[in-house]
Amino acid sequence: MVTLKINEQEVKVAEGTTVLEAAKKLGVIIPTLCNHPDLCVAGNCRVCVVEQTGARTLIAACAMPVSEGMDIHTNSLKVRNARKHIVELLLSEHRADCTKCYKNQKCELQTLANEYSFGEHIFLDLVEDHSYSIDRSSPAFIKDDSKCIRCQRCVRTCSQLQHVSAIAVANKGAHMKISSFHDRPMSHVVCTNCGQCVNRCPTGALTEKTYIDQVWDAIYDPEKHVVVQTAPAVRVALGEDLGYDPGERVTGKMVTALRQLGFDSVLDTDFTADLTIIEEGTELLTRLKKVLVENDHSMALPMFTSCSPGWIKFIEHKYPQMLPNLSTCKSPQQMFGALAKTFYAQKRKLDPSKIVSVSIMPCTAKKYEADRPEMRSSGYKDIDFVLTTRELAVMIKQAGIDFRSLEPDNYDSIMGTSTGAGVIFGATGGVMEAALRTAYELVTGKPVPFKNLNIMPVRGMEGVKEATIKIEGTTEEWRFLEGAELKVAIAHGLVNANKIAKAVSTGKAQYHFIEIMACPGGCLGGGGQPIPTNAAIRQKRMEAIYSEDMHMDLRKSHENPEIIAIYNEFLEKPNGHKSHELLHTHYIERESY
Amino acid sequence: MYQTGNMVKELAEKHGRKRESLMPILQEIVRKHNYLTDDVMVAVATELDISAAEVYGTASFYTFLDTQERGKNVIRVCKTITCSMKGKNDIVSTLEDILKIKVGETTPDKMFTLLETNCIGWCHKAPAILINDMPYTDLTPETVIDVVKGYMR
Amino acid sequence: MKNKGLTKVDLIFESIDIMKVMKKAFEMTSDEIIQQILESGLKGRGGAGFPTGLKWKYTAAEKDPEKYIVCNADEGEPGTFKDREILDKVASKVYAGMTIAGKAMGARKGFIYLRGEYRFLLPQLFVELHKFHKLINEIGYDFSIEYRMGSGAYICGEESALFESIEGFRGEPRNKPPYPTVSGLFSKPTSINNVETLVTAVMIIEKGANEYFKLGTKDSRGSKVFSISGDTPIPGIFELELGMTVQEFVNEFGDGDTKAVQVGGASGFCVPRKKFGETIIGFEGVPTGGSMKLFNSSRSMYNLLHNYLDFFAEESCGQCTPCRVGCQQLLKGVEKVKKGEAKSTYLNELVKLADTMKVASKCGLGQSVGNAFKSIVENFREEIIY
Repeated sequence: MVTLKINEQEVKVAEGTTVLEAAKKLGVIIPTLCNHPDLCVAGNCRVCVVEQTGARTLIAACAMPVSEGMDIHTNSLKVRNARKHIVELLLSEHRADCTKCYKNQKCELQTLANEYSFGEHIFLDLVEDHSYSIDRSSPAFIKDDSKCIRCQRCVRTCSQLQHVSAIAVANKGAHMKISSFHDRPMSHVVCTNCGQCVNRCPTGALTEKTYIDQVWDAIYDPEKHVVVQTAPAVRVALGEDLGYDPGERVTGKMVTALRQLGFDSVLDTDFTADLTIIEEGTELLTRLKKVLVENDHSMALPMFTSCSPGWIKFIEHKYPQMLPNLSTCKSPQQMFGALAKTFYAQKRKLDPSKIVSVSIMPCTAKKYEADRPEMRSSGYKDIDFVLTTRELAVMIKQAGIDFRSLEPDNYDSIMGTSTGAGVIFGATGGVMEAALRTAYELVTGKPVPFKNLNIMPVRGMEGVKEATIKIEGTTEEWRFLEGAELKVAIAHGLVNANKIAKAVSTGKAQYHFIEIMACPGGCLGGGGQPIPTNAAIRQKRMEAIYSEDMHMDLRKSHENPEIIAIYNEFLEKPNGHKSHELLHTHYIERESY
Repeated sequence: MYQTGNMVKELAEKHGRKRESLMPILQEIVRKHNYLTDDVMVAVATELDISAAEVYGTASFYTFLDTQERGKNVIRVCKTITCSMKGKNDIVSTLEDILKIKVGETTPDKMFTLLETNCIGWCHKAPAILINDMPYTDLTPETVIDVVKGYMR
Repeated sequence: MKNKGLTKVDLIFESIDIMKVMKKAFEMTSDEIIQQILESGLKGRGGAGFPTGLKWKYTAAEKDPEKYIVCNADEGEPGTFKDREILDKVASKVYAGMTIAGKAMGARKGFIYLRGEYRFLLPQLFVELHKFHKLINEIGYDFSIEYRMGSGAYICGEESALFESIEGFRGEPRNKPPYPTVSGLFSKPTSINNVETLVTAVMIIEKGANEYFKLGTKDSRGSKVFSISGDTPIPGIFELELGMTVQEFVNEFGDGDTKAVQVGGASGFCVPRKKFGETIIGFEGVPTGGSMKLFNSSRSMYNLLHNYLDFFAEESCGQCTPCRVGCQQLLKGVEKVKKGEAKSTYLNELVKLADTMKVASKCGLGQSVGNAFKSIVENFREEIIY
């Protein structure tokens, strides 16, 4: 343990602790910008400089480890002057058109400016000296360099968490900037649109591309029937943007709010999550049979899940040779979209051209996914608009809804009923668990041999998880699987996905089924989720997801009565002709930059 | 533009495929071809298993690792204070006259690119320029013409 | 204080029997070598002036079996060109210095980071290095040296930026601690020394610490190679004993009309005529890595300042706020004041900004931009305004 003094108060902390962390322990707040708990220390922005008695210069609290006898002052004249200068310097490079900015009042630089830099600015405005550009090429997000403060959180996110490095620091000195490969449009580089950078950007330099106004227009258009679906992870995070603590489930209130916003039908992505399990589970069993029993290698193993559009784009860019290993199942969002303008339209006797399909997602990549040309199997754009959790919160605020006072309600029917298996799609390991709950039962006639159906080995925040499930007591049809050990793996965050993909592509790992989610923690840590998102918050959201699952009457996808019904009435059978037409897709190889 | 071909693979064999191999590889390409094309940066990224944006980000940090097209002979005129005091501007305008290009430009025949650069370490023999790797010092508008003419063949 | 006056010295370029010095060093223990360097009072000759013996001692104390000695030949400070001359004339002494340093701290591998602007030297340096490797092989000593090239980035002279560059990254300085002696190149304990420092160390071993200690002053022991340029009839490289005043220097090198001397390059200090007599060149006065630029009364100090600020705005790595934006603000600020678009009192704000850059920047570059800025603005304010 190390003893030091901060603002004359003594504190004992473990060796290796930073001054910033030690101060936090004392309740002393030191402002930061480039620092983020998910990322390595940068020490770039210098906003956290503090005075150490005897030191020649100020020190960056985020980057300085404590040492015995240190005497720190966080609020001396020298510190205040420097901090004010630093905030003003950042502002001088930043296009501060705050009232026009999507991040207005949610901007960390603005918060600091309010504290340190009100009144006349000291320094000259440098904004016009830089030839800043705004990149709107991605359907998922906007990169506005004029708002960038070069803290490099995005760069560290893209490399450390995602192993993508679609953006990097380029040039030096006054010309230093965050750039894609040779300034190419973000839509034409390896960017997966995962939005993890958006989630970590302290300013308006990286924001989701918002479709709020388009959704309002659709809602107010009397000609249009607007359906909305909500992804599993939204219900455990939306509350954070509406004044709740992380981890509070607000499913019922969210449904009421959506209805009050004017959506014609409030439906659930969890329904198509259940449907995904049936389709993907069947696909897996088919692949296992073809490859292992019939020795037909026209199908590839292991099979990777395909729910995460960030992961899909990652593999398309980085491991195109493994595209046959991807499940051909569309994501739950896109299955929903394809069914909304076919099955749902038929049932409700609606003209599909009059249906506007909106989805609320924890994700920015879903905006990109909805825009893929493959995603038009209904004959229309299957999903018209994708809003993030954050955007939904904005709409609720815009409509003047007092969220807390809402009475909870249930989803509408036809594609609104779901099971706990659908809910857990929102957490890393959830798709795997849901699939196992169904597949195991399908081949053995018995529930998975885990207490309360909770398959604990596939849960948790470990980056890469592995499990082996022994299949015993198979029914006649699945006798070929008797005694087989199903080897599965789960990864979340593309840095972990890459580890598995690399191991599989080099033959170093032997699995049958692999779940991959592009974002840390799975969808609950998605790029479209409330800001901030960090490990502690992800943990809370995960607990909420599993709690939601435990509170559901039905917890296995194949028991969802609407799923049973849709096969009877419309799809006929899993992986059947209609499924392939509407619910499955294909992938394309993309450039390596 | 030049063809990437097998060059990058060969350089990776020579210098290795670790991150520390990046600078030697890029430097050798630039020595040979004077600048880095997008294709070559992508090929380097692939060989070293790093992202192309990282390669570009690193290259663009270093003044001599040009990512814009450059001529066969890159002339860099030192613009730091002593050379500036000792007639750098005359050297630049002489070069602009004989090459018929401005600073930052490349001749249409791709033979010369004219650039300015920061201190090249010849302050006692100012003004000084680099043509590719070679320094030329104590220049006058007359002598610099002779120097450049030597590169015109 | 009585100063030493101006004395020319010939240590660095003196031709010596390399093998003899190395054999002498090999017969000493690691501690003995370090002790010699400590006793000599040698401080780093790159400019920052950290005691060389301490650097070696700290590196030697690290347990990691893999350590490196790195020679910093990224001589980019405007007005410095002595390291080029040293490598050109006595490269084998640099190699010997690295070998001896390696022996002192337990490093078997050395890297020389040579700035890209000096690449033309490489063929002859390789020839020398080949000979040197042969020489130490013959006596069965396990040590080797590799060259790594820069590619035009002033900041790579900063030690941790230099490591980043060798490792294949952008030359962005690291957070310290950890210091290089604990975690340097490839995260291994590393001693990084300037070209001249290493040669000086060889000469200390050759002549003994006592001999060297006799030269110079209390805070600035020994002699130093100066790179002299600007308004002087005799520009070039001169090795001088430390301890002279700027006046004595100007008496020898000035053109009779010297108005100011910029000591230590763009990151150093501008000494005006009125302070020539009282200013000692060395760590007790104005420290320098060797860059000495003389300006006569025909020169505009605004142009000097503008040139330096332009230099820094380009050569800052750009990662930290005070340096990246501060350099741009100082540059644009003096331009505005000169054009009358900002009040002359705005210079006072810029001086305060320079102070912030000095204490809040991440590395030595940002921290030293204020040196030139303040010393020029404070001494030649009227030239900046009008």
